[in-house]
Amino acid sequence: MTLSVENVRTSRKVLAEMEYTPAGIDKGYSGKSLYVNLSEGKIEPKTVTREMKDIFTGGKGFGLWYLWQAVTPKTKWNDPENEIVISAGPIGGITQYPGSGKSLVVTLSPTTNSIMDSNVGGYFGPYLKFSGWDALELQGKSAKDVVLYIDGDTGKVTLEEIELETGASHLVSEILTEAFAESEEDKKHISVVSTGSGADNTLIGLLNFSWYDPRRKAVRMKQAGRGGIGTVFRDKKLKALVVRFSGLTGKNNNPVDFGKIQKAGVKIHKEINNFDDVQCRMRQAGTANLMTTMNDYDLLPVMNFQYGSHPEGKKISTEVFISKFTQNIYDGCWYGCSMSCCKAVDDFELKTGPFKGEKVVVDGPEYENAAALGSNWGIFDPDFIIEANFYCDTYGIDTISTGTMMAFIMECYENGIIDKEITGGLELNFGNQEAAMELLHQMGQGRGFGKIAGLAIRRMKEFFVKEYGADPDFLQDIGMEAKGLEYSEYLSKESLAQQGGFGLANKGPQHDEAWLIFMDMVNNQIPTFEDKAEALHYFPMFRTWFGLQGLCKLPWNDIEPEGNKQLEEANKVPEHVQNYVDIFNGVTGKNIDKEELIRQSERVYNFQRVFNLRMGFGKREHDKVPYRSQGPVTVKEYESRAERYDGQLKELGYDPESMSTEEKVKVMRQHREEMYEKLMDAVYLRRGWTNDGVPKLETLKALGIDFPEVVEVVKNHL
Amino acid sequence: MILVNGKEVEYEEGMTVKRLLEKMNYTFPMIIVRVDGKLVNKEDWDTFKIPRGAKVQALHQIAGG
Repeated sequence: MTLSVENVRTSRKVLAEMEYTPAGIDKGYSGKSLYVNLSEGKIEPKTVTREMKDIFTGGKGFGLWYLWQAVTPKTKWNDPENEIVISAGPIGGITQYPGSGKSLVVTLSPTTNSIMDSNVGGYFGPYLKFSGWDALELQGKSAKDVVLYIDGDTGKVTLEEIELETGASHLVSEILTEAFAESEEDKKHISVVSTGSGADNTLIGLLNFSWYDPRRKAVRMKQAGRGGIGTVFRDKKLKALVVRFSGLTGKNNNPVDFGKIQKAGVKIHKEINNFDDVQCRMRQAGTANLMTTMNDYDLLPVMNFQYGSHPEGKKISTEVFISKFTQNIYDGCWYGCSMSCCKAVDDFELKTGPFKGEKVVVDGPEYENAAALGSNWGIFDPDFIIEANFYCDTYGIDTISTGTMMAFIMECYENGIIDKEITGGLELNFGNQEAAMELLHQMGQGRGFGKIAGLAIRRMKEFFVKEYGADPDFLQDIGMEAKGLEYSEYLSKESLAQQGGFGLANKGPQHDEAWLIFMDMVNNQIPTFEDKAEALHYFPMFRTWFGLQGLCKLPWNDIEPEGNKQLEEANKVPEHVQNYVDIFNGVTGKNIDKEELIRQSERVYNFQRVFNLRMGFGKREHDKVPYRSQGPVTVKEYESRAERYDGQLKELGYDPESMSTEEKVKVMRQHREEMYEKLMDAVYLRRGWTNDGVPKLETLKALGIDFPEVVEVVKNHL
Repeated sequence: MILVNGKEVEYEEGMTVKRLLEKMNYTFPMIIVRVDGKLVNKEDWDTFKIPRGAKVQALHQIAGG
């Protein structure tokens, strides 16, 4: 492995370059995007049109629009014309309001074969924009491993060959930060995007976005995890992206009304200061604050989503992770984020793998990672979870997909679908830490059964049926993927609305569109299909908006203003919605209201649905979900919650006492699957789609996205 | 009986809001409680007695990753 900083500095060989004068930012936009063709070594600017801004706003919207133009319906994820597009939105990079440094990444996914979007913290997106680029388009494939360097200070973009042979993303980030910085002080001006060897060896590769943490004197990383974007990155022979920008001020976006932004910021900083300790405790626990709650409410995935809680859940509770995280240190992944939730475990000594015995900084675990790499594998050891989290990140593999697909493998193993002979000797029972960690290393390094596991669930199901004669129906029931993407880590069985939140999500079952479990299952606030459909319209649209702007969702509702509980629509956190309206108007000088905010999202959301259609997906049949997400698949699952399920059957007019458990499972399933079909009907109606899930022409027209090429796609499905 | 979020829950004599939340295992830190439509502030949960037959809303403010 070539790891020396000096070696990186001296081995840099420029293959292509472009000098430019960084466009000044005006009202949140630079008005330019950077296009790089890796096959041709071409680097050139493009103009961001007014139409793009009006229709797609920015962030994910820009990513979708560029990708739409780049690919055809026949394009596959590993074709050269596929792109990775990275963009912050117009609000991205402000430092007055928490959670304003997100990058949005869009590509064709290796696991879904359709559109993937993933949002990520770290400094890259804001620095990219302040270096003069609203978006970065990466197309083509390089012949050799390359690094793209954007120097926003000098106005130069170079495509370089650099000797940097390591499959460990944390080292790539560290070395490149040090090599490109002129001094210790300069390190905070560098952000690196990279991945690890797992992205070469699996279809679930992720991208790490870095920033330098001067308090720890360490490089930190956040992850664009979902859907194999890192795998696309490595397929293009990209080793890393590096941006350097040293001119950060509070006003780089050149906002129209700075005071308006400041006012909103001061308000929420005070709320975080006053209430976080008695609300979510984001500053102490990050999103791991949910560990105890999810276990208490039977929502924590245990052993491949069979169960929602476990007596040993207390060993990986919120309090346990608080005790593991370094406290009383600023943990924002962008400047000005007083929510400070990207917790870390410092000086963690690794027990396994290529870095065994080394002490490292582990970013997280966040809730998703702790549930994915712990309870869902039947493992309740926090140190194991921290170690698995570290290795997923540095190998560059998605923690959520790794967690959900390992849980699937374990259930297959326990059911005799695969055995020790197939797994190369690994006894992959639930709870077997040693075997699970070994398989993780095999995935990261492309060895043994790890090569099969790295195919992810959809392809593994096909493989197990073809090679080992597995029952396809059973695998469909227990394989927690939809559209080819692994489920994120919440049990949705008892919440029909959340089943839709996962199943109807554009990119696949990720909770970033909607998290409705409390509103539905606990609060009983959305009892009718129409109520659920309204929630499945409003919340996905509202949350899509964060991805257009470069914003993080967490400050919206993981802190709440004092008077929120008095309000009719407390779940929407109306005061914070108004903050977002004010910030957008303050930056851009536009005059939107909360209704136009939703319309901005609707344009992009519906465009993404049509884009899915264009790629051969995006209809009712693609919104179907595995039954494990809807109810008890097995007798054992039913009997573990028999009182609850028997009670529900009584309400439906059955007499559970006179039925066998098999009969009860069957009628329960029939009922729940019917309910899901009715839910789809209601949601499609509310969203202005046909009963087959296709956006109607009048819907597209009303949103102003009825361009000829969009209409052409839709007409084929009406 | 009382109704909690629309579902029947067995009533206990002298049941306070705090006791009800314990009984339901409602441990989430951001809950709004209304009894027969009237907001009960958190500082009163320990003392506020829920009447028999009451309609209780224990609204968990939305969260999630």
